[in-house]
Parts: sequence; structure tokens; C-alpha cells
Amino acid sequence: MSTRTVEATLSTTGVDAEGNPIGIPLTVRSGDEEHMLINLGPQHPATHGVLRLVIELEGETVVRVIPHIGYLHSGFEKLGEYRHYNQIVPLTDRTDYLSPMANNVALALAAEKLMGIEITERCRVLRVIACEMSRIISHLVWLGTTGIDMGAYTPFLWLFQQRELIYDLQEAWTGARLTTSLTRVGGLMADIPDGWEDGLREFCRAFPKVLREVDTMFTRNGIWIGRNQGVGTISAEEAINYSLSGPMLRASGVDYDVRKDRPYLGYETYDFDVPVGEHGDNYDRYLVRMEEMFQSNRIMEQALARLKPGPINVDNPRVILPPKSRAMSDMEAMIFHFKQVMEGVRAPVGEAYMGIENPKGELGYYFVSDGTAKPVRWRIRPPSFLNLASLPRLCEGVLLSDVIAINASVDIVMGEIDR
Amino acid sequence: MTISPSGPALQSRFGAAVTRVVESCGDTIAYVSRDRAHEILAWLRDDPGQHFNYLTDVTAVEYRDAERPLEVVYQLRSLDRKADLRVKIELAKREPLEVDSVCDLWKGANWLEREAFDMFGVRFRGHPDLRRILMWETYAEGYPLRKDFPLRGHFSRAEQTRQALAANPEAHYSLEELSIAETFHELPAEMRERLAKGERGKVG
Amino acid sequence: MGLTPVPAPESRAELDAASPNWVTTKLSALINWSRTRSLWPMPFGTACCAIEFMATAASRFDLARFGMERQSFSPRQADVLICAGRLPFKLAPVIRRVWDQMPQPKWAISMGACASSGGIFDTYTMVQGIDTIIPVDVYVPGCPPRPEGLLYGILLLQKKISGESLTDTALREEQVLGPHGLFLPPSRIDEVSEPFGNSVHQTRSA
Repeated sequence: MSTRTVEATLSTTGVDAEGNPIGIPLTVRSGDEEHMLINLGPQHPATHGVLRLVIELEGETVVRVIPHIGYLHSGFEKLGEYRHYNQIVPLTDRTDYLSPMANNVALALAAEKLMGIEITERCRVLRVIACEMSRIISHLVWLGTTGIDMGAYTPFLWLFQQRELIYDLQEAWTGARLTTSLTRVGGLMADIPDGWEDGLREFCRAFPKVLREVDTMFTRNGIWIGRNQGVGTISAEEAINYSLSGPMLRASGVDYDVRKDRPYLGYETYDFDVPVGEHGDNYDRYLVRMEEMFQSNRIMEQALARLKPGPINVDNPRVILPPKSRAMSDMEAMIFHFKQVMEGVRAPVGEAYMGIENPKGELGYYFVSDGTAKPVRWRIRPPSFLNLASLPRLCEGVLLSDVIAINASVDIVMGEIDR
Repeated sequence: MTISPSGPALQSRFGAAVTRVVESCGDTIAYVSRDRAHEILAWLRDDPGQHFNYLTDVTAVEYRDAERPLEVVYQLRSLDRKADLRVKIELAKREPLEVDSVCDLWKGANWLEREAFDMFGVRFRGHPDLRRILMWETYAEGYPLRKDFPLRGHFSRAEQTRQALAANPEAHYSLEELSIAETFHELPAEMRERLAKGERGKVG
Repeated sequence: MGLTPVPAPESRAELDAASPNWVTTKLSALINWSRTRSLWPMPFGTACCAIEFMATAASRFDLARFGMERQSFSPRQADVLICAGRLPFKLAPVIRRVWDQMPQPKWAISMGACASSGGIFDTYTMVQGIDTIIPVDVYVPGCPPRPEGLLYGILLLQKKISGESLTDTALREEQVLGPHGLFLPPSRIDEVSEPFGNSVHQTRSA
């Protein structure tokens, strides 16, 4: 039998001693079959970022998938060691850029845990609203792009229009659509403007209808079911062993949601359900995330109802900048202002790990402090990193097009994976 | 803030191998010796009273104070008991930075340990596939998150650009993938020898 | 102070080809008009800017009205490479290769602060501006730029293309890597990548 060899030049100037480009043959003969090694990415419409998958194929069936990451590695953790805690907030926007406010909140919570700061009630409620808004926009991107991967372009446009409504709210609050930098240690960058609550109320009123329309397009659609049911299955024990989190873990039947098991921001006082799947396949993950969006809407309505006037920042001049008018006239305020701007807020010696329920899973920030204003170590525990690590296991024995479907259902964001 | 009961349980079960148990910001941290670390972590996972079945994170910490040892940190969670524990192994920097891998206990440790290797240079004995994950395989500048590694890297920007653009095939494909290609004889001779020996690639 | 004499043209035909006349200007106008109205983007989206690019392509800001709705993820069919997001060194050979694969005429838009200059990431991993690797036509600042900002950048590119002349053959030459395997000379890369201000420590504290 003949061996089909596909030569590919791998790098722009990879040459051997004579100056000929080095070609690596990409076919293997294994017994009676021919396996082919193909490369998907890092520049590819359906990899959801700069992910590279090297797939060993036997015909159309996948024998092995080897993911390569690091194409967006930016040195966040290293950079965090040279910034003080409030300066790290803008960095967090750029890790999981699909749900920036949730990252901001997670960072503030981790820093406040390290420093032992108790935030105000209004700040707590506003942060819950921020987290749930982030959950909705992250799931909207996931659903829109997953639809495109399967060939359904219309819901992408509908869902992105909903994202624009949330972006309007985010922009009215923080001034930025995407890189919000909402929180500060001990509080928020600003309070919500007048009329913002009505805007959110209007969104909460209209959003479930849009979701139900998208639900009609997908949930009982033969193509959607055919491509997603039974594909990419992982059992509960394996999901726990692979350290999956978020909808990936819950779709496999494990009832672990950080908001319920290790509550923060007063989540134990909100009335919401956590959808848990059964089969652990793509379809269950889809159902879990759809239902989570409905539940997030419910949480936001409750938060709006209990939002009372009050301070958003903790009353601690060492942590919160004094108002500018006082900083120019009052000596003490000027000194506090000076120390915070020139030096940053000093954290006590110690370390803290804070995990929150990010839309992708459990996002953890681990700070180690040596008593100065800049952390010794800032570790981001990225949920998508661990979720993606299970991709080889999920893709055993599926077809090539299923790899795309499974990759979409893992819901990755490369900024967080590569940091 | 109280110390979790896992701390005293560890001390009574493993004695001197658990050097100390402290608490910081509400989290319990157990420092264990490197030699029995794997045994201790396996006990933490399997013992019915502990049952830390979920590995939240594996990472490493290096302090600014050069005298302090480098720490490998394991963040564990028991899903049914809703309890957390942090386990640390201290590694003196003068000695080789090696610990046993826990991939056989939790599969999630695979990529986490690769990242700790990539960023700190800590080797995990028994890891099925220990190679760089975030930087490219033939990255020559060192281990980025070490404190002696400057923020902008060791090499000049032009040199970094040159090395990035001239990356040889091993930087793009791992040795595992290159060995899948059975038409072995068409690879450059030097690469074939190194593949046969199981060696890591070198920068071009 | 001698003036350098202009070398005599090789042939009459070459001279005709080299100098623009009313035929070539009319033809240029037509060709540039059609090029600007149907720029097929190659979205080299890496990070947050890619999300704003997607928002620009979605209903509210709508790239389709500029003829750019057909996004070409294959570089072979693309006109303009929009690098949306930060570019680490690991991705540098990829963008170079994608750029080389694009056929002429091609342009590049560097979207966002990170693609233009490295942005907030003056670190060991980040390319300090994609113009050290590929030639860039339009830089769109912002972190991320608003969709209106990207649209303005695209309009600027359209204006630039409208000013191009058919007879200028230098425009359509491939700018390949130099002898050291670099696009810009090493000293230029180092000069362009010099840290701006105090990018390492941003306060006086250690």
C-alpha cells in the first residue's frame, strides 16, 4: 500500500544546513491504517481564540487531540508583582475579557480577604449585580459563537444585540464597555448614575423573552440535538478528578456552585436555583448555561429590589481615597491621598485564596503578601485552563466536526487560559 | 479564625513530616516535607474523614527574600465536606527543585504542574509529559516567574523577536507529536538522534 | 554641489508605464473605489479587541455596510488583516506567516493599543507593536477601541487606498523578512520597544 505524505513547512525561516526549508512529514502508517496529523489553529475561526489543536486522525475519527496553548501568554502574573492592588484591577479586565466585571469583583474580594476589610451593604448588592451581568454577557458570547460554529448565524446577531444593551449599562456605570475596572479595594470606582436602575429593570423585563426566542431556535432543533447530544460526555467522577468547574462540572451531575457552597457577597440570601445536568454531554452543558442566564436575571431583579441608598466605599481613609475636595484642604486627607497614590494600599503579611463562581467556572485569585503594597505572588486559578485540559479526554473517538462542537461547549477564553 | 481539623489530623497521622500548620486570612495551611508529600496528599484524598477529592490548584511561590525557600502550593477541596486545605512543600533553592507529581491522584494536576514547571522550573517526578505549556518548547530565556527573571526578559527585544520568528519545528510541535510521524527517516538527523534519546529540543 | 542626474529611462515604454496620465488616474480611481468598498477583512483576533471587533460586525455597528461583512478567515481571500488584540512572541511567526500568505493588494490595521505598541504589556512575552513584524497601514488606538473607533480606522484606510496610484509599483511589493530573519533592523526594534515612562514600577514604592 502507498504512503501518502503531506509535507508542511513549519516555520518561516526554519532551514537546514543547506538552506532548504525543513519539512516535517505529517503522515504516519499504523498497522493497516494511515493516521494523519492535522493542525487546527492558532488562527482559526472556530477555536474561540488563539488555541491550537493538533489532531491525530484515522480517516474522520479522532485518535488523539493535543491542545497547545500559550499563544496569548501576556505575563499577567509577573506584571501583578510590579503593581499594587488597585493597579491590578485593570489587568483583570483583560484576562477573562468576556465577563470583565466578575473578574474585577473577584480581585477586590481576594484583596479584601487578605486585608480583612468588610465592605458596605450597597457595595455588596452592586457587586452581585455586576457578577450576574457578567454571567449573562459571557454566556451570550458562548451561545452566539457556538451557534456560528454549528452553522446558525442568526442567534449570534440577536444575542450580541442583548450584549449591547448590557454594554450600555456598563458604559453608563464605569465609562467603558469592556474594560470596566469596576472595583477598588474596599469599594467601587463609582456609584451607579441616576436612571441606571430603570435601565437594568427594563433589561430584566425584556431579556427572558429574547432568551425564549433563542431557546425556540435551538433546544428542540434536530440539527442542534444531533450534533450535541451524546457528544463530549464525561462522567461525574472524572469531571471531579479533572478539576472541572462551573457548567462543565454541573452538566455532569456534580452539584458544586461556589455561590451556594462557599457563599460570598451574601449569595446565601438570594433565592435562585442552580441547574445540574445528568449526562455530561454538550447538550446538557447547553441546557445548564441557558438556565443559568434565566437564573441570573432572577438574581438581578432581587438585587434591584433590595438596593438601598448608602455608601459604596468602606469608611477607611487608608484604603479609600478621600474626596478630592477634602484632599486639597484638609491636611490628614492630603496625607492619606499621598500615601495611597504614591505607595498603594499596604496589605498585611499573609496569603489568601478567594474563589468565586465565574461564568466559566471557579475563578480563584491567590495573593501572597509580604507586607508591602505589591503582592509577592498573584496567582490566577483559571477555570477555562482546567476545563480545556480535559479536551483530549472529551474528544476520544469522536469525529472531526465533533471536536469543534466539543471545543465550543467547553466555553474557553484564551486570555484567562494563557494569562 | 480557627484552624481546620485536617491540620491536627495530619499532624497526628504523619508526625514530623508535617512541619507546621498555620492559618492565614481564614485558610488553613499545612507545610509538609517533600519526601512524604505524595503519600500525604494521597491520604488526604482517600481517607474517608478527609476526602479532598477536588484539586483546586497547583502552583509555586517564590518570595522576594532570597533566603526563603520556594514553595509548591496545593489548594485542595472536599466537595462533600465543603472544606478547603492548602498544602505547601518548601524547597530550598540551593537544591534541585523537584517534587513528586500528583497526576496519578488528580488528573487536573497535569497541566497545572506543567505550568509550574514552565514558570518556575520545578520538576515533577513521574509526570507523564513534563514540558513547557505557556512558553514555546525551546524557550531559552529561563523561567519567567522567578524573582531573578526581569519583567522584560533577559534578551533584547530584537533578539526576542528574532528567536520568535526563527522558531524551529520543535518549537511548534512537541517531540511526542514528531514521533507520531512514522516516516522518521525524513527528519533531520540531529533531531532523529535526540528523539531516539527522548531529549528535549534545543533552540535553533 | 553636484545634483545627481536622473538616469535615462531604459525604454520609452517604461517611461510611459512609470508616469501617471489621465488613463491611469481614471483607472486608479475606479480600482481604488472598488477596493475600498469591498475590503474583506482577515480578523486576526487574539484578545479583548477581538470581542469589540465582533461587536462592530454585529447588528448595532454593522461592518456589512462597509462591504466588510464577508470575513475571510483564510488569508488567501483576504484584503486587510485586522490584528485585534495583543500579540505574544509565540504568536509572532503565525502572524508573519498569515501575512505572507495574503496575496497583494493587502493592507493591515493594527487595532488596539497592544497591537500598535505592546499596550500595557511591557513584558517578556509581548511583541511591542506588530509593526516590528508586518507592515501596518492604520493604527487604531484604544484599549479596546470603541466600535466607532475601529470604523474610523477603516474609513482612514479607505481614504489611504483612495490615494493610491496604479503606477506606483512599490506599493504592491512584498516586504519580506530581512537578512537576519527580521522585518525591521534590530536597532530599530530595540528603539521602538524602549519602555515609555516608568512601565516596570509605576509608583515610587519597591
